[in-house]
Amino acid sequence: MLKDITLGQYYSADSPIHKADPRIKLLSLIVFLVTVLISKSPVSYLISFLSVVLLVAVSRIPFKLILKNLKSLIFIILITTAITLFISKGDTLLFKWKFIEIYKEGILNSVYLIIRFVCMLCGSFVLISYTTLPLDLTEGIEKLLKPLTLFNIHVHDFAMMMSIALRFIPTFIEETNKIISAQKARGADFDSGGLIKRVKAFVPILIPLFVSAFRRAGDLADAMECRCYNRGVGHTRMKQLHLKWTDFVVLFCFVLVLVLVLIFNRPEFFFI
Amino acid sequence: MPSLQLKNVSVVYNEESSFSKTALDNVDIDFPEGKIIGIIGRTGSGKSTLASLLNGLMKPSSGQILLDGKDIWEEPKNIKSVRFKVGLSFQYPEYQLFGETVREDIAFGPKNMGLSIDEVNSRVENAAKFCGIEPSVMNKSPFELSGGQKRRVAIAGIVAMEPSVLVLDEPASGLDPVGREEILGGIVKNSAEKGNTTIIISHSMEDIAKYSDYILVLNEGKVFSFGTVEETFSKAERLFSAGLDLPQITKLFIELEKRGICKENSVYTIEYAYRKLLKILEK
Repeated sequence: MLKDITLGQYYSADSPIHKADPRIKLLSLIVFLVTVLISKSPVSYLISFLSVVLLVAVSRIPFKLILKNLKSLIFIILITTAITLFISKGDTLLFKWKFIEIYKEGILNSVYLIIRFVCMLCGSFVLISYTTLPLDLTEGIEKLLKPLTLFNIHVHDFAMMMSIALRFIPTFIEETNKIISAQKARGADFDSGGLIKRVKAFVPILIPLFVSAFRRAGDLADAMECRCYNRGVGHTRMKQLHLKWTDFVVLFCFVLVLVLVLIFNRPEFFFI
Repeated sequence: MPSLQLKNVSVVYNEESSFSKTALDNVDIDFPEGKIIGIIGRTGSGKSTLASLLNGLMKPSSGQILLDGKDIWEEPKNIKSVRFKVGLSFQYPEYQLFGETVREDIAFGPKNMGLSIDEVNSRVENAAKFCGIEPSVMNKSPFELSGGQKRRVAIAGIVAMEPSVLVLDEPASGLDPVGREEILGGIVKNSAEKGNTTIIISHSMEDIAKYSDYILVLNEGKVFSFGTVEETFSKAERLFSAGLDLPQITKLFIELEKRGICKENSVYTIEYAYRKLLKILEK
């Protein structure tokens, strides 16, 4: 049941994206998400899409792997697209059957929506999930949020919570599978009955899972105390993050795409 | 009496990929009816895989599992009824408790069987008695109990389904000697009274030697040996080669034999050893 969930799926390869600094990758992701969201004209959408294809190619991650991951989200994408298609109103009516009206604008909007989904998902997969190790990612977040310490916010706590959460995802998946098997052995049925019955069937899984989460959290806290955890005061790293010139090239590429999209958002490029 | 047989069963994980791993290799066993069978083997020898095969939580890659002469996967839709006939308790079963009260938790299995309320209640009471749960505990939350009590409640949840074959994966691990004795003793008594086939998986040679009638030794997914307790321990040296330890008392008697003090080396329970030693001392 939980076999299909892929998380923290680092894909090891030798590419400029893998080597880039995690801070740069996070910033690049933000720039790229903004780019995709402000795309308006067909040309800017095309640019966003092409840049994502280029990004995947540069990162040396097989397209097949990306497609497999997108497939698990296809349901959400399709539903949102269908809703957009049917509720969008515009000037050119193309098709009408009873209360269903499809406009040219509706079709365009749904195509744009699919491009947006694909770009945003692939961008985050490639920049973060596939190419950044969880520990690098937390360090990147900690470094990026460092300025917040000025407002008395303890950034290290936040980063620690992140890395603990990431670390425990596989553990909980394994635990959930064990509990599911155990309740199945007692005749629990998760696949039949109405909606309410099915939701109720999850109670025997969720309660033990929560209990175990609290137990593990308590144990972990004790273990950390025993090893004199002090919220990272005076904590140094064996591997320091250093920005290289190649990192700036990566960020520059993303900013370039943003600028291109801004240019092509101008009214004269709305030719469809 | 229930009969349970494995016929040329193999389990291969990740069959298609290059990481494939054979967990069980052509296992052929006929579990003696109404007996207690101990399964022992090193970590990764396929013990737990075998357990989840027996009640249909996992499908073998090849081979058949016969319950009363019928392949349990003949009609995959009826696999739930197999799970009621073959009760399986996992390692650390106390982590699967969820009921508001002990009573409710034990009743989960019987309720899923679609029994009448009276029948469910009587089964819950019986199971609780067998597993040594005091009536005063029945209305408490299972999360208030001690580790040993929780374990007993969890096992009672399986016993309450009154399966004809009971499979227990490490029922006594992590408990103190008194807790081990209570749980294993209770299971043995239950099996003797109902004539159930009981399969106990354990790391502890001492427990297996003390409570079972037959021993199945697994090594790297294969049946290493299967026979009565006497037969198994008479080939003590072979067990070492399967990376298994022997009960301490057996090791003592092997040493005594080497020194010519005693002629018997297949001694595996404390009571027997005690009588044996007294005899030797009397001489």
